[in-house]
Amino acid sequence: MKVLLRIFAVMRKEFLQLGRDRLTFGMIVGIPLIQLLMFGYAINTDVRNLGTAFVDEADTHLSREFMADLRATQVIDLKHRAANLQELESLLDAGEVSIGIYLPPDFDRRVLAGDRPPAQLLVDGTDPIILGVAQQLTATPVSFDSQLRSPVSAAVEVRNYYNPERRSAVNIVPGLVGVILTMTMVLFTAVAIVRERERGNLEFLINTPVKTPELMLGKIFPYILIGLLQLVIILALGRYFFEVPIRGEYLHILMASLLFIATNLALGLLLSTMATTQFQSMQMTFFILLPSILLSGFMFPFDGMPPLAQGIAEILPLTHFNRLIRGIILRGADIMSMWDELLALAVFMLVALTLAIARFSKRLD
Amino acid sequence: MSESKFAIQAEGLTKKFGSLIAVNEVDLQVPTGQIYGFLGPNGCGKSTTIRMLCGLLTPSAGSATVLGLDTRKDAEALKQKIGYMTQKFSLFEDLTVRENLDFVSTIYTLKKDDRKARVKELLEEFNLSDRSKQYAGTLSGGQKQRLALAAATLHRPKILFLDEPTSAVDPQNRRDFWETLFELAEQGSTILVSTHYMDEAARCHNLAILDQGVKVADGTPRSLGESIDSQVIEVTAEDPNEARASLSRESKITSITQLGVRLRVLLPKEVDGAVELIRGNLKQANVGADVEAVFPDLEDVFVSVTELRREALERAAA
Repeated sequence: MKVLLRIFAVMRKEFLQLGRDRLTFGMIVGIPLIQLLMFGYAINTDVRNLGTAFVDEADTHLSREFMADLRATQVIDLKHRAANLQELESLLDAGEVSIGIYLPPDFDRRVLAGDRPPAQLLVDGTDPIILGVAQQLTATPVSFDSQLRSPVSAAVEVRNYYNPERRSAVNIVPGLVGVILTMTMVLFTAVAIVRERERGNLEFLINTPVKTPELMLGKIFPYILIGLLQLVIILALGRYFFEVPIRGEYLHILMASLLFIATNLALGLLLSTMATTQFQSMQMTFFILLPSILLSGFMFPFDGMPPLAQGIAEILPLTHFNRLIRGIILRGADIMSMWDELLALAVFMLVALTLAIARFSKRLD
Repeated sequence: MSESKFAIQAEGLTKKFGSLIAVNEVDLQVPTGQIYGFLGPNGCGKSTTIRMLCGLLTPSAGSATVLGLDTRKDAEALKQKIGYMTQKFSLFEDLTVRENLDFVSTIYTLKKDDRKARVKELLEEFNLSDRSKQYAGTLSGGQKQRLALAAATLHRPKILFLDEPTSAVDPQNRRDFWETLFELAEQGSTILVSTHYMDEAARCHNLAILDQGVKVADGTPRSLGESIDSQVIEVTAEDPNEARASLSRESKITSITQLGVRLRVLLPKEVDGAVELIRGNLKQANVGADVEAVFPDLEDVFVSVTELRREALERAAA
């Protein structure tokens, strides 16, 4: 009973202080909003309308039809028609266009013979994303009578599951849940205790009968609610602005998020036992945040990373949460089918919390 | 246990921070129900000693028992029984006066009805009722100090540790504050208060003088004056500067302190005919002055014990 009363006392104090801290409160709502708009609108790996120039030395009915097909993909935006190959290359050199298409004079014959590729694609490969997009163009079928002949058949056919329109937001919004929670949850708790140390409140607090776990739990609890509030903001905006489907169960999203929030809060508490100033705790937060953003699979696919980076990624909570939240939201996966990710998060939380409680001393020396 | 004669007992209490010895083998016996003072300059180890007695710092050597509890082993049990007012205001500046007291009453797990009644009682007692909705950060120095004392006494501790409680308040507030301390002592609280004001030290039942981490003297203010190894001669001179210059050439004098036109001159007790010695010195220098032997006050005690100790240290070093 006394234990609960003391936890309650700390909790109520935190709520009162949070309500008066306008900057923190602004960050609670502001960070999800800004990040979501920034990542949702600006970052787009689904590239369309690439600047393109072409040379059509064949200038036949078939070559013109082929160019029209390419244009219809919306991947390219035909800006220039060059007179010859030299002009096409100089346009690429100057950066006027990213893609050049060359149709040779014997285009029709090549299509008929089928021995050599009928057309050539010149791509500015400095940006791998553009190169990847240009690859899609190679699948464009070409024949004298598309009604009768089956399109050029490939050995492998791609079927796009879960995101048929290839929209980046679908991948980014669920990933943002984890990034924003990592950023704010770790920072808020790391700062919360260090601030009390800086202001001298801690000397008063540790002289009261409050036990270390009581103090920690009381401090964490209000932030769990804040984390959930942020979750709702991100998912609601993602749903209505970016039409991100939520295919899984809300309860599963809640379960995964609660565990992840608790893990980050425990991590923040651990940092606060190591930092002596608010500035230091912020530096430490970024030390965790940066690898989380880069390695967790939020920015780049996990499987494409070298083994060392994958190893580091496995010890970041965000990696596990990204798999969980993307699985639940986008694939409608059952949370229990990813029990190993849950277990990883739970272990993280327990280790961080235990270390934080062990490191936090009710003494000044 | 509550009837024990000494509320605080310490033996050989020592605290080292690296190579610095902040508190050096301090022995203490603080009688129950008294106001006990720690007198000393800044950095003499007052705060460190108080923190060790609260169980906030672990002694490097020696031991202390507070209310019969060992500060090393039973620090947690001790928390519920002691009140501690930090030197720097340590309550929450972004909470109101009442919210701060509510927090303290809950964290010390007072009974539900008692919490409300006690907060109300303290607000009235410490004259903070009309400030109850004001943020603690916007209070004046004196109000902050009253709030801090109210918070430290809220759970009715048997012992109060006050670390330079009056350093940020004006003289009127200081006097009121000491009135409150006497009331608390009358109700049975033991109070350990550190200060660097002589007048405050003089009001304590008992006090210890600390200098560079060492307890150089202790006792009642009166007994301290009687016990020192110095005699005090007061010189009232027409030209105190000249008198001072002349007296400073006299090797038997340990220290001279100027108070307006008066000089307080300290000499070792074993010097016979000190008054005549000084009169002769001043006559030679042609300075007109009244010279008389007086009873040492606390400041004389302080100067005497710290000077003597320094001299002893210098002799030992030489």
